[in-house]
Amino acid sequence: MPKTLYDKLWENHVVRSEADGTALLYIDRHLVHEVTSPQAFEGLKLAGRKPWRVSSIVATADHNTPTDHWERGIEDPVSRQQVETLDANIREVGALAFFPFKDARQGIVHVIGPENGATLPGMTVVCGDSHTSTHGAFACLAHGIGTSEVEHVLATQCLLQKKMKAMLVRIDGKVGAGVTAKDIVLALIGKIGTAGGTGYAIEFGGAAIRALSMEGRMTVCNMAIEAGARVGFVAVDDTTISYLRGRPFAPAGEVWDRAVTHWRTLVSDPGAHFDAVVELDAAQIQPQVTWGTSPEMVAGIGDAVPAPEDFADPVKREGVARALQYMGLTPRTPLAEIKVDKVFIGSCTNSRIEDLREAAAVAKGRRKADNVMQVLVVPGSGLVKRQAEAEGLDKVFVAAGFEWREPGCSMCLAMNADRLEPGERCASTSNRNFEGRQGNGGRTHLVSPAMAAAAAIAGHFADVREII
Amino acid sequence: MRAFTQLDGLVAPLDRANVDTDAIIPKQFLKSIKRSGFGPNAFDEWRYLDRGEPGIDNSKRPLNPEFVLNQPRYQGAAVLLTRDNFGCGSSREHAPWALEDYGFRAIVGTSFADIFFNNSFKNGLLPIRLPAAEVDELFAQVAATPGYRLRIDLAAQTVTRPDGKVLSFDVDAFRKECLLHGWDDIGLTLRHADTIREFEARRRIEQPWLFS
Ligand code: SF4
Repeated sequence: MPKTLYDKLWENHVVRSEADGTALLYIDRHLVHEVTSPQAFEGLKLAGRKPWRVSSIVATADHNTPTDHWERGIEDPVSRQQVETLDANIREVGALAFFPFKDARQGIVHVIGPENGATLPGMTVVCGDSHTSTHGAFACLAHGIGTSEVEHVLATQCLLQKKMKAMLVRIDGKVGAGVTAKDIVLALIGKIGTAGGTGYAIEFGGAAIRALSMEGRMTVCNMAIEAGARVGFVAVDDTTISYLRGRPFAPAGEVWDRAVTHWRTLVSDPGAHFDAVVELDAAQIQPQVTWGTSPEMVAGIGDAVPAPEDFADPVKREGVARALQYMGLTPRTPLAEIKVDKVFIGSCTNSRIEDLREAAAVAKGRRKADNVMQVLVVPGSGLVKRQAEAEGLDKVFVAAGFEWREPGCSMCLAMNADRLEPGERCASTSNRNFEGRQGNGGRTHLVSPAMAAAAAIAGHFADVREII
Repeated sequence: MRAFTQLDGLVAPLDRANVDTDAIIPKQFLKSIKRSGFGPNAFDEWRYLDRGEPGIDNSKRPLNPEFVLNQPRYQGAAVLLTRDNFGCGSSREHAPWALEDYGFRAIVGTSFADIFFNNSFKNGLLPIRLPAAEVDELFAQVAATPGYRLRIDLAAQTVTRPDGKVLSFDVDAFRKECLLHGWDDIGLTLRHADTIREFEARRRIEQPWLFS
């Protein structure tokens, strides 16, 4: 029987199964950050248990860390305690790698894993973070888990899981200039909704996905969770393999050759059965902008804010009315007329080198509009930061009036000092536009890095295709 | 883990779809390194008129009278009635911790986000999926009937309405057993430690690159 990539990844990790199909899945890589791990380490200790295999652990501090004035340390005492708790826990139990606050390789957990070659094809990857789906770009089965599961994985190296249904999202054709991986995934979420992938493992395929770099594939898989799917992945191809060659934790020599032979099998067999198939034509996708408080509330830059009465379902209509009120938007306003107060370029969705290059290409030789109070550019990791500086991107941003910061999650969730004030409107390259996500009362519009830079320059949302 | 067998609880309606875990417990409370004490900050941004911060005395804060859970008739609710895709967004287990600490033992809705659904079971909080038509009826009955309660029986997989109508729900057999007995999954898994060790040893030989 032909198998899907999901079947292969699943079967490769089942240690044993219960009668109802609940399986014990072996976990290859465990990524750890400061917010969702302290209670797990504490639980482990209280129960007198030891971590099963510390060489599976890669840890970093990202959510609470400041993005400027590193010399001052972490000023918020509650944040500092959480980061110090992580330091103490990792010091005590050990890890394959730990990139603490201020380390040259510190960064967002979903950026550092892949760039160090700690995320390898065919792995099961878990992290107490829903955007763990990002690692699926490497044909990994990558689950976001809760803190009880973090403790379970620490103690047993396994996760209890039931097999999900398989969905194929096929995006054929070719995107137009100025249309990016972010636009592809936002358009998909607009089509299937934020619960469209619930209960499914999504495989992303088709010519438009194959044409993406690893960075672009990570952006797409990152937002699988925003479509409701706990895991999303892309099959292995030459792009995957050439990205990994020579990375610090990737195998070398004869083991590399053996690994590559195995990795090449990590594709769905022709004729494999999917429980659901969704198709999108890449050529039809415009640059996307969200207008509401859920990622499914999205439209093309050429469109206008909808009205509640456009929606037949009463629960949806009510939700749209509430979202427009929160967002301070009037139905039928063209998206391109909405002014922004702040711009955030960063997050595990869009803070990799390619994202920064896209934003810099738009910012180059231009300046932010006067009505835009702040444009934050936050690289995903110390390595991304250094690379960007080597390419001179930091200078382009600074010349445009943007702020060039230290790596971290920053204004994606505003656990540190970077946040929106009530009523402020932000063009953001992050992944969630929920109420209060970027700061109490803040209004978030999700866009690609190029579109964020375009909004910074124009002072309102603008079609990047007319600028580049 | 706390066991769940039966519950006879007051129902509070939260009539919105896509209630995300950021709304259930905002990020500033995630800085805690404890598992308890999140109840007073459940739904913080909807529940209070000011901005909540960790460590402040919540009993002195101005409540938002418009928010449903602040209405006198829903005080002491143990069942939360809600709509599609409850618990979407962040994987934070602080969400079920906050709901449980607030006093909820069961959540009834049409669908739940996968990670939240899973996290709830680990904390003795039972998420129950019912068809949309049944959920609609429940919303109508709750609105019309002060003191509206539901009886939930996990072993029988039923929800009984005050008018005697019995609704049944699905739950995975393994999850159900664990929750009925309040079993600790880690202890259960470690009973298979030898099987895990054998699996691991084989993997180390076949795919050594996974172990560095
Ligand atoms: S960047 Fe945002 S979404 Fe990504 S891990 Fe950090 S907080 Fe979560």
